[in-house]
Amino acid sequence: MTAVSTRSTNSAELMPFDEALSQFDPVLGLEVHVELNTASKMFCGCSTVFGREPNTQTCPVCLGLPGALPVLNAAAVESAIRIGLALNCDIAAECRFARKNYFYPDMPKNFQTSQYDEPIAVNGGVDIDVDGQPFRIGIERAHMEEDTGKSLHVGGATGRIHGADHSLVDYNRAGIPLIEIVTKPIEGTGRLAPAVARAYVGWLRELLLGLGVSDVRMEQGSLRCDVNLSLRPDPGAPYGTRSETKNVNSLRSVERAVRYEVSRQAARLASGRRVVQETRHWHEDTGVTTSGRSKEQAEDYRYFPEPDLVPIAPSVTEVERLRASLPEPPAVRRARLQADWGFSDLEMRDVVGAGALLLVEQTVAAGASPAAAKKWWLSELARRANDAGVALDELAITPEQVAAVQSLVDAGRVNDKLARQVLDGVLAGEGSPEQVVIARGLEVVSDEGQLSAAVERAIEGNPDVAEKIRAGKVAAAGALIGAVMKEMHGQADAARVRELILEKLN
Amino acid sequence: MSDLTRMSAVALAAALRGGNVSSVEVTRAHLDRIQAIDPAVHAFLHVDVDGALEQAAAADERRAAGEEGALLGVPIAVKDILVTRGMPTTCGSKILHGWVPPYDATIVTSLRAAGMPLLGKTNMDEFAMGSSTEHSAYGPTRNPWDLDRIPGGSGGGSSAAVTAFEAPLAIGTDTGGSIRQPGAVTGTVGVKPTYGGVSRYGLVALASSLDQAGPVARTVLDAALLHDVIAGHDLMDSTSIDVQWPSMAAAAQVGDIDGLRVGVVKELGGEGYQRGVRDRFGEAVRLLVDAGADVVEVSCPHFEYALAAYYLILPSEASSNLAKFDAMRYGLRVLPDDVAAPSAEQVMAATREAGFGDEVKRRIILGTFALSSGYYDAYYGQAQKVRTLISRDFATAFEQVDVLISPTAPTTAFKIGEKLDDPLAMYLNDIATIPANLAGVPGLSLPSGLADEDGLPTGVQILAPALEDARLYRVGAALEAMLHERWGGPLLDSAPELEAAA
Repeated sequence: MTAVSTRSTNSAELMPFDEALSQFDPVLGLEVHVELNTASKMFCGCSTVFGREPNTQTCPVCLGLPGALPVLNAAAVESAIRIGLALNCDIAAECRFARKNYFYPDMPKNFQTSQYDEPIAVNGGVDIDVDGQPFRIGIERAHMEEDTGKSLHVGGATGRIHGADHSLVDYNRAGIPLIEIVTKPIEGTGRLAPAVARAYVGWLRELLLGLGVSDVRMEQGSLRCDVNLSLRPDPGAPYGTRSETKNVNSLRSVERAVRYEVSRQAARLASGRRVVQETRHWHEDTGVTTSGRSKEQAEDYRYFPEPDLVPIAPSVTEVERLRASLPEPPAVRRARLQADWGFSDLEMRDVVGAGALLLVEQTVAAGASPAAAKKWWLSELARRANDAGVALDELAITPEQVAAVQSLVDAGRVNDKLARQVLDGVLAGEGSPEQVVIARGLEVVSDEGQLSAAVERAIEGNPDVAEKIRAGKVAAAGALIGAVMKEMHGQADAARVRELILEKLN
Repeated sequence: MSDLTRMSAVALAAALRGGNVSSVEVTRAHLDRIQAIDPAVHAFLHVDVDGALEQAAAADERRAAGEEGALLGVPIAVKDILVTRGMPTTCGSKILHGWVPPYDATIVTSLRAAGMPLLGKTNMDEFAMGSSTEHSAYGPTRNPWDLDRIPGGSGGGSSAAVTAFEAPLAIGTDTGGSIRQPGAVTGTVGVKPTYGGVSRYGLVALASSLDQAGPVARTVLDAALLHDVIAGHDLMDSTSIDVQWPSMAAAAQVGDIDGLRVGVVKELGGEGYQRGVRDRFGEAVRLLVDAGADVVEVSCPHFEYALAAYYLILPSEASSNLAKFDAMRYGLRVLPDDVAAPSAEQVMAATREAGFGDEVKRRIILGTFALSSGYYDAYYGQAQKVRTLISRDFATAFEQVDVLISPTAPTTAFKIGEKLDDPLAMYLNDIATIPANLAGVPGLSLPSGLADEDGLPTGVQILAPALEDARLYRVGAALEAMLHERWGGPLLDSAPELEAAA
């Protein structure tokens, strides 16, 4: 906790999590912002591609130049409706945008065009799985809004505005369509609160991927989570005062932020202090939240209906067409895949927990057995992703390539150990598994004459071991196999080598 | 003075079509006129001599290549609230001093496509807030009828430019009367089209739900020709109406009122309206009756709340629309005094303090207050309800009559400085024009004569149901013809000659 103690003004007293949960009942609320993957922005034709030169994807509209007017992106509305339907929400027959007024340099117009009291989707609910337990999450609303630009603070030690000597703004992100999904208060989680929060966000990520409406890359900010949390003495009591922790941007952080806020608020309440209603910032590096704006300092956003846009009124036919286009719901899909693959509940949970459901599905589709697909993604590839600090689906290998590696194994052309080297080669960008095998010369030697000679050399070189085997101690064959494999640089089928040794010594 | 500047747009178009004159000659004549008299009138904030002549030459080439076009080669002035690529756009404000927009408003694109050379940008009350053009940060425009008087506002530059024969046509914008009231006090014609009839893309917003650009001209037919050029659906403006508009020029050429049902709005007249304004209005009504119109009095009971509702809705929207002027991306940037390393917020505050005039600040404060949590329902919310009631008044009235008429403005042009310290008195100038903006219906103002007591122009306003803009031109042209017959020619023939600057 040294890192925390250096933040002396912000460091907070904490009550151990278990103790906190023995005294208080947590109530959660999650607000998730999702960047849609539409080709163009919410209100203009500018591209939404991530990572381009700053301010190259802008126009009079998203720069908020005088005279410019917004025109709503129909594809974004479709995505919003599909998300709403997938969350079992009611879709508004008519709804409007509003202006949220506040001054900030990364807001080109100094107001954000956002839905306010007329969201496009309301009153839904979803069932998620938390460590094998089903859990119902109510959905309050899903609404559309535009993203802001991005400030870059230059010259400070921390990259934060404090201490910076100047700031730059990139408006490429300004106007990218966002959907904000807000849960109803989540009660009854008890000590599962951190797990519920993580499971919900993970579930939502999977849902959005399945809908194809967003890239949901948390590290690129295309899915951002605000965690609201309050404590109360017992489940029957009125809600306590909540804190709102902003920009919690990984699944692990969602879990940690909930855990931290439970401990922090419990310590305050237990010592007779009150929880301040405020915005808090999550610090990924130190794992703490620090105070932001309090409610007393909160802005009055002066919302009013956006006069530059007309109301959105999706027809019943349109909504039903979109409903019919929805993919299978995650729970149904999961149950179907589990049955198809013959996985146990535990195995299935591992796959889902690793975020590998889609990857395994695609690997199986490409010809691998479910067990093999699971094995590669959950062991070798999970380890590599973890080492590289990236998500599994960000590794530079496709499910088709993984299936190709497995088919090399099945054909006896590489063994498991060589297969791992093939994966290395593919990940290093050396080409397809086939190309890597050839370029690296990894194929196992199947020339019986060559193998047989190597086996004989091993027997001659280790007469005492050979004698033991002749005497019936078959287990000793391992030493000879090792010697052969060494001579063959690992490019031999160990089972065949064993057979040859036993044939020659019996 | 050149004869070319005295000609109507229709006459100029005919001369151009007949090959009697070139667009370069017509444009140069107007530029010369601007150079000669604008130092006295100050209708223009920016004159684009080179650009206008280039565009004129291009128009002549297009004609030589066989192109026709109702107004091809006829020059025009544009209110400085419409963005023009490569030409400064200030909205009459210091805060946009030096800003050159990188894009054209859709209207400007339409004018260029029609081959109309842009003479320059006309003066206006800062961000169109005012009824006198005295609130321009670049000094007032003067009324060509009497240089000590105001030319109306906010579009006083456009009305003065056509009145002083500096331009045959101009574009104005009308949020609460800023085309029609200047038309009335300068003896010219001004039209506010149906809301959504003309694109707002590139019109720097004052109040988005009220703003509408339209023609400023010396005759009803000239206005109609210009209306036909600028009207139409625009994909860049979500509030633009997707309809096929009938030809306004054709409607103006019909000019028929026989059997027309005309409603005189009871609430827009009488007390508070200057004697001469009432007299001329009464005469116009009698002309209509004589010509076979069926004239009745119609009551619009909620119009008395229009001004109050307007002064809540307009400032509310304006406070948000004007938030973008923050020194971060364009326009003026002022650093605060005595701050070594000012924050962005401090620079915004210092710039807005220095860059906005008093009237703009007054309305931003009003609007910010009206939208604030705890006051929203009582102010903005109530005002929107009044707006609905006013729309219903119009709907009810238009069940009984085809058009409504009233005086355009309660008084003739007042003296510069006379009402500058009395915002409420200033706001009352728009009392007759505001209801049309709140309901989105179209309105046309044309000259009704000169007030006996001061010899200054008065205006009559015709209002029609939404989408029925053509009706305004049909009725307006008929009334104009009768008035011209009575006067023995256009009213502007009796305007004083302006002396060219030395």
